[in-house]
Amino acid sequence: MTMTVRPRERLLFEGADWDFATLQRIHDACEEIALGELGLDVYPNQIEVITSEQMLDAYSSTGMPLFYRHWSFGKHFAHHETFYRRGMRDLAYEIVINSSPCISYLMEENTATMQTLVTAHAAFGHNHFFKNNYLFKLWTDAEGILDYLDFAKGYITRCEERYGETAVERTLDAAHALMSHGVHRYAGKTTIDLRQEEKRLQERRAHEEQMFNDLWRTVPVGKAKKPGDIGLEKRRAALGLPQDNILYFLEKSAPRLQPWQREILRIVRHVAQYFHPQRQTKVMNEGTATFVHYKIMSRLHERGQISDGNFLEFLKSHANVVFQPSYDDRRFSGFNPYALGFAMMQDIERIVTKPTEEDRTWFPDIAGRGDAMGVLRDVWANYRDESFISQFLSPNLIRQLRLFHLYDDPEQTEGVLVSAIHNERGYLRIRRQLSREYDIGWTDPAIDIVDVDLAGDRRLLLQHIVMNGCYLQESDTKLVLQHLADLWGYDVLLQEIDSSSTVAKEHTASPRKIAQ
Amino acid sequence: MHIVDRRLNPRGKSLENRQRFLRRMKGAVQQAVKRSLQNRNIRDVLDGGEISLPIDGMAEPSFRRGEGGIADHILPGNRAFVEGDIIPRPPGGKGGKPKDAGEGDGEDGFRFVLTREEFLDVFLDDLELPDLAKRRLAETEEETPFRAGYSVSGSPSNIAVGRTTKLAMMRRVALGRPRREEIEALARQIEECEDEESRLALEAKLKSLTEKSRRIPYIDPLDVRYRRFENEPKPVAKAVMFCLMDVSGSMSEHMKDLAKRFYLLLYLFLSKRYKKVEIVFIRHTDRAEEVDEETFFYGPATGGTLVSSALAAMRAIIAARFDPAEWNIYGAQASDGDNAHSDGNLTGQLLREILPLCQYFAYIEVGEEGGDSSVSRSPLWMLYDGIRSELPPLSMRKVCRRSEIFPVFHDLFQKRDAQSRVTP
Repeated sequence: MTMTVRPRERLLFEGADWDFATLQRIHDACEEIALGELGLDVYPNQIEVITSEQMLDAYSSTGMPLFYRHWSFGKHFAHHETFYRRGMRDLAYEIVINSSPCISYLMEENTATMQTLVTAHAAFGHNHFFKNNYLFKLWTDAEGILDYLDFAKGYITRCEERYGETAVERTLDAAHALMSHGVHRYAGKTTIDLRQEEKRLQERRAHEEQMFNDLWRTVPVGKAKKPGDIGLEKRRAALGLPQDNILYFLEKSAPRLQPWQREILRIVRHVAQYFHPQRQTKVMNEGTATFVHYKIMSRLHERGQISDGNFLEFLKSHANVVFQPSYDDRRFSGFNPYALGFAMMQDIERIVTKPTEEDRTWFPDIAGRGDAMGVLRDVWANYRDESFISQFLSPNLIRQLRLFHLYDDPEQTEGVLVSAIHNERGYLRIRRQLSREYDIGWTDPAIDIVDVDLAGDRRLLLQHIVMNGCYLQESDTKLVLQHLADLWGYDVLLQEIDSSSTVAKEHTASPRKIAQ
Repeated sequence: MHIVDRRLNPRGKSLENRQRFLRRMKGAVQQAVKRSLQNRNIRDVLDGGEISLPIDGMAEPSFRRGEGGIADHILPGNRAFVEGDIIPRPPGGKGGKPKDAGEGDGEDGFRFVLTREEFLDVFLDDLELPDLAKRRLAETEEETPFRAGYSVSGSPSNIAVGRTTKLAMMRRVALGRPRREEIEALARQIEECEDEESRLALEAKLKSLTEKSRRIPYIDPLDVRYRRFENEPKPVAKAVMFCLMDVSGSMSEHMKDLAKRFYLLLYLFLSKRYKKVEIVFIRHTDRAEEVDEETFFYGPATGGTLVSSALAAMRAIIAARFDPAEWNIYGAQASDGDNAHSDGNLTGQLLREILPLCQYFAYIEVGEEGGDSSVSRSPLWMLYDGIRSELPPLSMRKVCRRSEIFPVFHDLFQKRDAQSRVTP
């Protein structure tokens, strides 16, 4: 680099205005730093400029650019719109889609500085995370998702034409209610390939049409086996029980579903699975993107590509993004994933470059290693929120955030116990507890399908393992169970099993008569 | 890198989802719209508006943990606590989390904005103007010509050349008119012909052909067609609504409020159906005057009661400004039913004059809150009840409670068979 370049000439933009050439310059400058200096590895970028209304649209259909139609998206749109119109809530600055090319939305109202921030944040931070984190590699198919959603949208529209909007809406309602229990939590042998999915359906349909022969209807059926013969274990094995993926089980085994209903369950299940990694990596994903945008913006400023004024504008937005109110602040509503993730990553950078004695005892592997970006890239690739916090939340940060642990036992009438604070005795306990709060295996209720009464009334039996005496929310459970019974076609029983392995509570539902 | 400008993409991608949502919530939306009609000015309501819906009925349930049980929380920002401290629970608090204050934001009801069209559609969903057959579409605002096929007469500038030649050719082919080439070829044959006998035969043939072609003209006046245009009158439906209110001392604020609500509904309804709606506010004590909306509802006039004065004013205004041949006239009269005894005959006579001019005349008798809305023995009611049997477009209802206004209105205007009459 030469020292004679006049900084004014190298500014990417001046003031707040931008045009498409500016966006291109911004992207190229960010890319130079992201790939050259930070060593990031990203999908090709596609940047789309949209209006605020379109941003609301995208918001309402879970951030996806194309999605099937359902009333609930209309509800979310109306909801967001009201808040936005009244000025009670800002729109998100950005939405970014885990696809290849990676699509980032920029709002036309943003200033040039904000466009730079969003580009650095989404097109490089999130993009790198999507491409490299093991959960996303395992569970999502960035190349196939948009085609798959296009297929899903078309398929559901065709279903509406053939079977009526009401029937499709009912199926979708039921599937949405069970969506949180429609993911495989543990990786199987196969990787996800959504294009294959789409082809598979078409092939199967063609095959069925070819093989259809009306004569077969009259072929006599062999003597039915007595269902009583099958032992419990065998039956459970045949049905793949116990099963925690309720949607999957229904799709495969519900006796009274039409083929198109099974396909809709499958679509909803794929969408749920696609978002599953995002649920487990909120802190890491936002932390990464925030860390990356902070790095890139600071470098741009250092290199004289952003003026002091615009850099101050950036710092103001950045400070808002990573603001973490205290528990007693009116604005407090839990941990801000941006703040926590960013703080932890900065802390890791500090540990790697300027460790204290404490850091050396707590993090012997990385303390003083010198290559902050290398360590972070490794972290981004191989952890999710739960393991990330349990490995890297340092005593230093616990002190800085002044974390403390409340133990709330309803039996304890005097009040809530402060069971650990930010001191030597508390670090480990706070770290373990906070990491647990980000483990969706721990936070989501554990519900399994355990048995089907094949010999009798085909009742489906589910069990919820109650932890810490916390039962399911009554009214919601009733509604979800009703949906479940409608799909299953027979009675459904949900037992809540408490710590002493006894059934503490039971919920039942019978299918409603639905005219197909 | 690729930049795409999506700003010009079709808007309203969520419109379909929004409509599905409204359809699903129809009942609740209707309730909410009715509720939101209270406390609004007549014209304000037309802007659509924000309504709030109960959250249940459109819940998207999922398996969630409920309250209770042992809970752990990690919180930031400790300043005062040390390990082992016991923090007393806030009185009445369930979870004991010291963050209950800010929770539940926006969960009590679900608010959103309906557009004007959505609002009116919901509101007027199953209402209709009574006596539709009699509804006059008055005064043609403009006439637009439109093509109406072909005619055999018309001005030369409108000759339809294509259609004319087509018809001519059809006629020529059908009648077998010899073609020019045919005759010329025959003439050449005759010239070249050496043999006398065959030449004569050819000449005879030529003669018959030329005669035939003279008999069957190339274009006959019968073939000629003209482009025909018809003028389509564009009807403009206009309506005028007369709001007649008794403001004499016996009318309480509550009664005026009931009347106001009724006028509001009627105005909304008419403005949905007609391009142009005029409102005439007439208030009366023992004399009537035409006033503006503000004065009509809030003016502090009072005095004795002569209903005939209002009807006379209405008749005069119709005569002066609203020709019944052009205007659809609606009347809505609100009164507590009191009238001077001596005024009965005159009132009846005026009403008999006015009713034939009206599309519909609604009489709302307002009572005190808690009154009995099923019966009325007031002088005005008895008088009108007698007239109703002779002259049809008169409906009467008695209303005492605010909540009755909408059902009554709904009842008066709901879709019904042409034969059946509005009965109280």
